Amino acid sequence: MSLKVDNLRITYRTLRGDVKAVDGVSFSVSDGEIMGLAGESGCGKSTLGNSLVFLEGRMRHLGGRAELDGRELPIADTRAMNEYRMRQVSLIPQYAMSALNPTRKFGKMAAELLKSRGVRFATVEEELRRRLGLVGLADNVLNLYPFELSGGMRQRATMVLSTILNPSLLIADEVTSALDVSTQRAVGEMLMEFRERGFVKSMIVITHDMSILAQIADSILVMYAGKLAEKAGSDTVVNNPLHPYTQLLLASLPEVGVRYDTSALVGIPGRPPSLLHPPAGCRFRARCPFAFEKCTEDPPFMELQPGHQVACWKAMKDAGLDIGPAVPPAAAVGEEASR
Amino acid sequence: MSMLEIDKVSKLYKSGTFGGGLKAALRQVSFNIERGEVVSLIGESGSGKSTLGKIILRLVPPSAGCVRFEGADITQMKGRALHEYYRYVQGVFQDPFSSYNPLYKVDRVFDMVHQEFFPHLSGDEWAARVGSALEAVTLNPGDVFNKFPHQLSGGQQQRVLVARALLLDVKLLIADEIISMLDASTRVDVLNMLVGLKKRGLGILFITHDLSLGNYISDRTVILRNGTIAEMGLTPLVFGNPRHSYTVSLLKAVPQLHKKWEDIDIDELLAAELDREAPALAPRGPESRRYSKSSLAPARQARAKDILPQGEQGPRPSLMDLPGAPWQRKMSSPRLAKLLLSQPPPELVEVEEGHFVAVEG
Amino acid sequence: MSANPGPARAAGSSTPAPVATGSPGEELDELPSAAPAPQGPGERLEKGALAGAQAAPVAPTPTLAAGAPAVRLGRQRWEFLHYALRNRKLVFGFSVELVFVLAAIFGPLAAPYSSAGDSSSAGVPLKDQCAAFFCASGMTTHPSAHHLLGMTYFGGDVLSIMLYSLRETYLVGFLGALFAGIIGLALGFTAGWRGGWLDDILQLFTNVVITMPALVLLIVIGAYVKIHSPLFEGIFIGATSWPWVARAVRAQTFTLRERDFVDLARLSGKGGVSIVLKDIAPNMASYLFLVFILLFSSSMLLSVSYDFLGLGPTNVVSLGDMMNSAMLWSALNLKAWWWFIPPGAAMALIVFGLLISNIGLDEVFNPKLRES
Ligand SMILES: Nc1ncnc2c1ncn2[C@@H]1O[C@H](COP(=O)(O)OP(=O)(O)O)[C@@H](O)[C@H]1O
Ligand SMILES: Nc1ncnc2c1ncn2[C@@H]1O[C@H](COP(=O)(O)OP(=O)(O)O)[C@@H](O)[C@H]1O
Ligand code: SF4
Ligand SMILES: [Mg+2]
Ligand SMILES: [Mg+2]
Repeated sequence: MSLKVDNLRITYRTLRGDVKAVDGVSFSVSDGEIMGLAGESGCGKSTLGNSLVFLEGRMRHLGGRAELDGRELPIADTRAMNEYRMRQVSLIPQYAMSALNPTRKFGKMAAELLKSRGVRFATVEEELRRRLGLVGLADNVLNLYPFELSGGMRQRATMVLSTILNPSLLIADEVTSALDVSTQRAVGEMLMEFRERGFVKSMIVITHDMSILAQIADSILVMYAGKLAEKAGSDTVVNNPLHPYTQLLLASLPEVGVRYDTSALVGIPGRPPSLLHPPAGCRFRARCPFAFEKCTEDPPFMELQPGHQVACWKAMKDAGLDIGPAVPPAAAVGEEASR
Repeated sequence: MSMLEIDKVSKLYKSGTFGGGLKAALRQVSFNIERGEVVSLIGESGSGKSTLGKIILRLVPPSAGCVRFEGADITQMKGRALHEYYRYVQGVFQDPFSSYNPLYKVDRVFDMVHQEFFPHLSGDEWAARVGSALEAVTLNPGDVFNKFPHQLSGGQQQRVLVARALLLDVKLLIADEIISMLDASTRVDVLNMLVGLKKRGLGILFITHDLSLGNYISDRTVILRNGTIAEMGLTPLVFGNPRHSYTVSLLKAVPQLHKKWEDIDIDELLAAELDREAPALAPRGPESRRYSKSSLAPARQARAKDILPQGEQGPRPSLMDLPGAPWQRKMSSPRLAKLLLSQPPPELVEVEEGHFVAVEG
Repeated sequence: MSANPGPARAAGSSTPAPVATGSPGEELDELPSAAPAPQGPGERLEKGALAGAQAAPVAPTPTLAAGAPAVRLGRQRWEFLHYALRNRKLVFGFSVELVFVLAAIFGPLAAPYSSAGDSSSAGVPLKDQCAAFFCASGMTTHPSAHHLLGMTYFGGDVLSIMLYSLRETYLVGFLGALFAGIIGLALGFTAGWRGGWLDDILQLFTNVVITMPALVLLIVIGAYVKIHSPLFEGIFIGATSWPWVARAVRAQTFTLRERDFVDLARLSGKGGVSIVLKDIAPNMASYLFLVFILLFSSSMLLSVSYDFLGLGPTNVVSLGDMMNSAMLWSALNLKAWWWFIPPGAAMALIVFGLLISNIGLDEVFNPKLRES
């Protein structure tokens, strides 16, 4: 078991109150697994990914723990995490590609980064060059400025650099999103190859685009409004989703060959709720076509089929589970208030 | 006469670290857009799609060639004529957030149109018009009025911008990757909204890098590669029977839910990607297998020989490689510009009715 | 960090802007960090995202130099105040400045010895002070209850002179900043917006002015015309220190010009002047504010050094004049420290205060630098 996250809760402190961006999340990633993390923007995907590596200024760790290769990650302690960053767990942040310092050559930046991790550049330089060559980048990228590289090249260079110390876990946040389709494919295949070559043991690939995950991920975790909605093997999620949110997400993807006049696609009406004051009960209720009385209660994240977890009352009912009577709304509200 | 005629439009940009080189973003691109037609312009990033969109919108001047709207050359328009042109041709851009001045409320995009194009309309009359434009893009006025741009979702932002265009007597909308920054779930809504406008007779130039999106909405497709047209024709023909290897590779790269990439060959795909990357980078190491461009290098040099005039041959790679590379800075800009502009693009051959494919040298 | 930062475009790159897949609504009205900013080479303060990749995974936040629309309306402005009041550097710097500005405005009214009084040479032109030298007692006096900062060689009350001088120094500083600001903005906006040959010419002009040795020029001018008013000194300082403003504004305009909302304004039929004034300039407001503060402190320093060298206006006294006369009359040898230390210290404090508030403002405007 490579990564094990247990009831993790992360908030952002803002002037208007706490934004509950990750609200009680538990999952695990096995050795060699590429786990996709999907969901619309604003669902807390990046927050979850970032929290496993670096809690930035406004982020607060409210509870829960994360364990990597049997050792607990001191995620609340940014200094203690230093020892793990890049060596054990590495993050490619969202927008990393466009945030490269334009005044630093790539090699210089790599050296600075490694130095901050206590690694001498010289010791890894050869391996770095070898791996850059592997992804089709010549030595001289080290002497180029970021704006001299195309988007795909920058993304590849970034990926090589973040995995140079062979971390156990790589968290790749929206690494394909800014790219055009052919570069997306090249980057996606590179991720898989990195795992095959053992540069990283397992990965969490964050994206809002399920079709990329269908290509590269072993399992897919769908997040909605700070909570987990569904987790299963990627084929299962794609072919047999149980959560209404996942179903709608998949239905909104324009498939190859579809035309508006033959089969019109449908989106998901509405948008994710504000996480400042998330609604009680199932958070997808306001947009869910199947919502019923029971949904005013928070659905548990349950394993309905082997390896297939879902948080949805309807899915539970369909699976033949006894979900009990619906709590009258008043009681639900009372319960909310008493918390 | 077509509504919009793009006639041998070329565009050179200064490029290279110190602006010493030249980059041919477009080379003699020609095609037409008919009234009420949706044309999708497809290509990878850097292929010149936005440049063409901006030339049509008169935001960037072409280096050569001209664009005619209902017969009038727009590249020479100034003052009132240009003002009138914007009444009929409008654009929406890729990044919804950047399209709004963050300091002002969303309403300002409507107010600017009011001031400049309909100063005679009273506030109430104008409000009614804005209301119906918002309705056309399936937006609720209450959701957008008096809000700051960051208080709207990306999909709402893009729809407001389309509504803004509809306030004018717009005949052609340049939609430059307007959905590529949106979530998949909102993408479809914006796409379907465009379909609705198309049904009402609006002509659209739909720019995208995703062939399947182009297929969803357009009547005709133009595939742009490195600033030249690789293939164009009726969408069902181009999409159903792609003849150019570049089109094929674009099609194969589209991530699909039910079909894995592995089933699709990647070689031509990477050839395409590498072709447009920074040229100064040579492959290295025997290990660089699938991302390597070594297999491409000889072919390129051969091409360069044919293209460059006598006496100019040397270690220079192909024409497209010239800009930005250190060795080409010696070449003076005007000469290079002339050279770049004089190169005819690959010839387009009609392979079946309404379906053209470029044949390289 | 932000769910929807603006795209950062590296100049000369063909890559599309990053996908800001996002519903920028949400709590984001709470987050100025979600504001987009145009970013170009050399204009980001962050150490590179990769450095941030493991150390500080943050999205590209707008940086001040990139023209972050920091002072937003509504809640944004409120948040700005919130951070402003909590920033110790800013509060300290502004307090220092406030004290001196108040002293400069009201000081002369409350000066213990009026400039016209017998026992003071405050406000008296230097040449008259020289004349006074021959008739006065020629004694400096230690600070005392009567003369809090002591007396000059000519029997002038140092405190009173200083209060008058402060006003002159601030005035010249302000005028210098104002002129430099006006010229720099006008040329910077023109060059940045128009580009092309006009830009080339203006750039050339800017470079010529930059290479001009201001001091030598002033000495030469001083040989022909009598510099006798603070206005002239202000104009001179303004006319020689605008180039870096013009350069900075030009660069900012270049980046902002690429933003889509500028294109949208053009598609809406707006003219260049309107776009520069309504779309581009306001987005640099926070930056321009900082520029002005820096200009202000540098022109005060310049005016003090010109005065100290005796190149300043002749009919008023400034902090520089005080130090100049202290030097001329060997205050150092006489160990009359109260004659030159107070003006020097005042000058140092004023400039220090401005610089510190500049740093503080930078932190307030730039979410990335905010102390959490
Ligand atoms: N720095 C921040 N301060 C306050 N709230 C934030 C911050 N960053 C993100 N959020 C909020 O946290 C939620 C989750 O954001 P994020 O993790 O970025 O989502 P995703 O990556 O899925 O798009 C959103 O509602 C967003 O508005
Ligand atoms: N303002 C500019 N200055 C210099 N080069 C540019 C500029 N805009 C675009 N380019 C270059 O022109 C080419 C085409 O760019 P663009 O039209 O934006 O392509 P696309 O929209 O297809 O991604 C790219 O190689 C890009 O680097
Ligand atoms: S719990 Fe209810 S509201 Fe939530 S997804 Fe399931 S059916 Fe829909
Ligand atoms: Mg994210
Ligand atoms: Mg583009």
